[in-house]
Amino acid sequence: MTTTEKILARASEHASLEPGENVWVNVDVLMTHDVCGPGTIGIFKREFGEDAKVWDREKVVIIPDHYIFTSDERANRNVDILRDFCAEQSIKYFYDIKDLSNFKANPDYKGVCHVALAQEGHCRPGEVLLGTDSHTCNAGAFGQFATGIGNTDAGFVMGTGKALLKVPPTIRFVLDGEMPPYLLAKDLILQIIGEISVSGATYKSMEFVGSTVESLNMEERMTLCNMVIEAGGKNGVVPADETTFKYLEGKTSVEYEPVYSDAQARFVSDYRFDVSKLEPVVAKPHSPDNRALARECKDVKVDRVYIGSCTGGKTEDFFAAAKLFFASGKKVKVPTFLVPATQKVWMDVYSIPVPGTGGKTCSQIFEEAGCDTPASPSCGACLGGPRDTYARMNEPMVRTSHCFCKIGVLHDINFMNLEESSLIFMFN
Amino acid sequence: MATATATALSLTEVAPAVLALVPAVSRAFRHRSRVAPHRRPALKCHQSRPLTAVAAAAAAAAGDSPSTAVFHGECFVVGDNIDTDQIIPAEHLTLVPSKPDEYRKLGSFAFVGLPTAAYPTPFVAPGEEKSRYAVIIGGANFGCGSSREHAPVALGAAGARAVLAESYARIFFRNSVATGEVYPLELADTGAWKECKTGDVVTVDLANCIMINHTSGKQYKLKPIGDAGPVIEAGGIFAYARKTGMIASKSA
Repeated sequence: MTTTEKILARASEHASLEPGENVWVNVDVLMTHDVCGPGTIGIFKREFGEDAKVWDREKVVIIPDHYIFTSDERANRNVDILRDFCAEQSIKYFYDIKDLSNFKANPDYKGVCHVALAQEGHCRPGEVLLGTDSHTCNAGAFGQFATGIGNTDAGFVMGTGKALLKVPPTIRFVLDGEMPPYLLAKDLILQIIGEISVSGATYKSMEFVGSTVESLNMEERMTLCNMVIEAGGKNGVVPADETTFKYLEGKTSVEYEPVYSDAQARFVSDYRFDVSKLEPVVAKPHSPDNRALARECKDVKVDRVYIGSCTGGKTEDFFAAAKLFFASGKKVKVPTFLVPATQKVWMDVYSIPVPGTGGKTCSQIFEEAGCDTPASPSCGACLGGPRDTYARMNEPMVRTSHCFCKIGVLHDINFMNLEESSLIFMFN
Repeated sequence: MATATATALSLTEVAPAVLALVPAVSRAFRHRSRVAPHRRPALKCHQSRPLTAVAAAAAAAAGDSPSTAVFHGECFVVGDNIDTDQIIPAEHLTLVPSKPDEYRKLGSFAFVGLPTAAYPTPFVAPGEEKSRYAVIIGGANFGCGSSREHAPVALGAAGARAVLAESYARIFFRNSVATGEVYPLELADTGAWKECKTGDVVTVDLANCIMINHTSGKQYKLKPIGDAGPVIEAGGIFAYARKTGMIASKSA
């Protein structure tokens, strides 16, 4: 069996499973946020009763992160709904925010759910994690089965702790070769998505192995798995190893047992990449699979830059940006918005010295380069959000110039709903 | 591709919490206008059978039969890779689908994310809450992108009954079945969306696995909806689970 098959077999108490089988799976963690949480709670109460209790108050993790720093009343109300539910249910992990004017005044608040799940130790090898968000596949970086589900499925899990899942076949991606200094994990996954298309992994698991993958740290592995959904994938997996165990030390006290694909496991297909031969790539409008070499786009005029999101707003991503800014020594030519994914990332941006810069922090480098001050951690403008969201595009850009997602920025290009022009952001 | 139906589930497998009796559900929020499905003598098309004895018994008890629903009306045509942000833009996700008035509002915003240059005819006319189009015809990878369940909910709230697409993104398909909001039907062949035009009058016949475009005179084969059909007909995964005895019925 493959890693995914083994995880689902254990979670459904079957000795073994094959792709295509529908099985009832015990869920280890259910995550929801402010956009889908209220709907999920509504369904849970409607179906199980107003007085019903969640199946396990320690396994439901509720993370407000999408529409937080806004005056939109419904958005604020939705966070209140989460709070009331968590109080009533004594939910152990609720990363609340009340003071919207100062995120630091909220000790429990984290930020972007997928990064928070990892940083708070909720992602563990061999487990099943379901979330009401397409990028839940992010957690596959920890060698677990993690995928997105809708409100109704989540409401069902909330009451029963079980989900009916079909076992996906696995596509294996073998990435070997030394990672050149000009590549990031984002380049690798965009390379793959460009290869197989936005529906190339539909209903399938994507397993990432090889010497390059083994050399990646946890944040880079998350970037790989995060965009599995952009290829239509059900879940992504990176086998757990010392890097994983080390990351988890001190973050979780829950025991876990990793599983690994058998040597004779059957994969539906194999892709091999020599990473040392790859170049930086971008996704051009309007699809994540519209891959192009970055150097082919060097004459495209950029309108603005946004560095953030679960895909590209982690500490490693800001480090990479800061190094480039420092090396160029110049000021940015266009508005440049920075949105750290979580409070921890924000702290890192302001405190950790960037190697090779003589002790400067990311924040100092960004300031010297003329970027906007790093904003309050949340999903921010990545998916648009209410009109007053920081860095949101509220007017169509009249010019037909294009800019591109580069440093792990927007993972869903269409959501700004721009018609006249294509818009994405490039760092250059 | 149905993942939301019973296969090998018995009552003892379901967590005890589920077996607790629950109050009667309020269906006030489900205001879809139903074109009464008229039943015609049906030629059977292949229906995949439940895999286990338990599921078969449950199906028999529930009176599961091949889906015989028929939908008739104007169709709305879109292309490949229609993502959930085009179906319901992110700014509307503050609306909570389980609240009746917000459910209706979601319907009024169905498909507002489509670029107007490519789609000049709106799915829902300005000022309306519901669409005139009962059937949506699409290409490959329909419903890709974000997992937002608001997407099939918006379509169902607007009055759409079925989507006919060449293929679906996984989460959208699953959400459609779990909520029972729209039938996610698969076309047997590609290219229908290129031949049909928004406003064409169509009949979708599940029993015969066929879509007839009366305006153009062409017919298109559908793949059977299989086990997902009874779940949608029952009204989604919870209703189906109660109907088949998987979880306890609500007391009056």
